Amino acid sequence: MIKARVVVMLKADVMDPQGVAVGQALESLGHGHVKKVRVGRAFDLELDTNDPAQAEADVRKMCESLLANMVIEKFEVTVEQPSAAGVA
Amino acid sequence: MKTSVVCFPGSNCEMDTIRAVEALTGQSPELAWHKEKLPAGTDLVLLPGGFSYGDYLRVGAIARFSPVMQSVIEHANAGGLVLGICNGFQILLEAGLLPGAMVRNESLHFVCKWTYLRTERHDLAFTSCVPDVVKIPVAHATGNYFIDQAGLKKLQDNGQIVFRYCDSDGNVSAEANPNGSVDNIAGICNERGNVLGMMPHPERAISQELGSDAGASILRAALGCVAEKI
Repeated sequence: MIKARVVVMLKADVMDPQGVAVGQALESLGHGHVKKVRVGRAFDLELDTNDPAQAEADVRKMCESLLANMVIEKFEVTVEQPSAAGVA
Repeated sequence: MKTSVVCFPGSNCEMDTIRAVEALTGQSPELAWHKEKLPAGTDLVLLPGGFSYGDYLRVGAIARFSPVMQSVIEHANAGGLVLGICNGFQILLEAGLLPGAMVRNESLHFVCKWTYLRTERHDLAFTSCVPDVVKIPVAHATGNYFIDQAGLKKLQDNGQIVFRYCDSDGNVSAEANPNGSVDNIAGICNERGNVLGMMPHPERAISQELGSDAGASILRAALGCVAEKI
């Protein structure tokens, strides 16, 4: 079993009204030094494989076809190395 | 002539759309469930508003992979007419039948109000008898149309921008933009002109008793075109 985490964020040139609203809320809580907030989405996936390279390639395909909208979003994939039990 | 209205779990404007078609044509369209294919012989597909699949992940993202959308994509690629309204527009974007994407309204509010639209093209099947300025309501939280500068230029150069938010005199202005859409875009078509997506709801503006009958001109144009084919 391999675990992968995907983080999807809006691209830099896409306005993020949610992030602006969260930033304003933080400011009203007294955190005036927060200059920018961007809101994204994280996915934790568990894949039934022991091949990290294949897992990453598969997850990237999933991102491009469903998990992210490539018009407005970018994504990062982090793949955890297989556990000792998994390798055995 | 055959019109099909597609219904996804979470669609909520399919009955309004069916009623509008019935009022304008005297004939009932077919209702296509998301797990089915389009009824054979469909000429015009109407993708109604709502919250398909609960808007999970992104608006329209899950609906895109439903069985019915595979046949909608085939229909569109074969030159068949497709009109996506509100959530239907969002689904067309996710399906790649139209360029660009939707993000949350600039205000972060659900915006439900009358808008005026300037009709930028009158040569489409959907706009042949649509006046220059029409009053049609919007109701959405995610109608802030985004496309990058290169994409916008392509839309402009190809004449793919069909409706833009304006004031009652037809002036396109920031004040008239209800959601922050790039270039006040309310509706676009594909290059071929057979697929139209728009955030405003023409099916909610088919009689003066409801405040406007301008939406009827859009539906009538699309339905009329279908009728002419027969």
